[in-house]
Amino acid sequence: MHVGLTHFLVVSSLLFCLGLYAMLTRRNVVAILMGIELMLNAANINLIAFNKYVAPAALNGQVFALVVITLAACEAGVGLALVMSAYRNLETIHVDEINVMKW
Amino acid sequence: MGQLASFIVLSIVTLTAAVVVVTSGNIVRSALSLIPTFLGVTGFYILLQAEFVAGIQVLIYAGAITVLILFVIMLTEGGTGLRFRQVNEQVPLGLLAAAVLAAILIVVFVSTPWPKTAGELPQYTAAPIGNMFLTSMVLVFESTSLVLLVSLIGAIIIARRER
Repeated sequence: MHVGLTHFLVVSSLLFCLGLYAMLTRRNVVAILMGIELMLNAANINLIAFNKYVAPAALNGQVFALVVITLAACEAGVGLALVMSAYRNLETIHVDEINVMKW
Repeated sequence: MGQLASFIVLSIVTLTAAVVVVTSGNIVRSALSLIPTFLGVTGFYILLQAEFVAGIQVLIYAGAITVLILFVIMLTEGGTGLRFRQVNEQVPLGLLAAAVLAAILIVVFVSTPWPKTAGELPQYTAAPIGNMFLTSMVLVFESTSLVLLVSLIGAIIIARRER
């Protein structure tokens, strides 16, 4: 039995749903960002698996995956800067306690 | 056969570490569990003959992003976060949503017949990826670099201490 496209798609959907669970249930902003990173990784696995098994002559999937990795680094940098700023002003990083719209 | 065995081992490593990431009450432990998750995903990339993306994944995810997350944990909660409740009151609902979405996705993925076009992946993908980035994907490349610059400046301005 060979490893096919479906195997990778099933693993990546499980990884995506774990990230979704972290996003829905965590109170800590940093843990929510970790869930987002898991979901982006699942998307990257899908892109590269489709690249290999559906359109192997074009390398578009790997190029897209590289762009997604770059944007994930941007998102982590800006998101964690926002976390630092929120902690400095509100002294909490729990999302259910950050509930002021104006300072 | 060896491919299937390594796929199973990589899946177990990735998914076990990801479960620890999303369920651990110790926030430092879940941040450190990101590293085996990302390295397992790197193994998937190598199984899929994407060695250049695998290298970038190790450098950026397992190296930079995990260290950044650990820095922010240490700078904000000042440690493991064990003194706080880490989950909100939506745990059953979140579990239900994630399980339903996983079931739907797996059923769709298994039942869809995927097409396959002719052709082979090149033996080494780094040079063709570089050529693509500088010829047909040059707009994507330049706008990504612009987004990187903007987010760098934005992160510095947001995180700077106000006087």
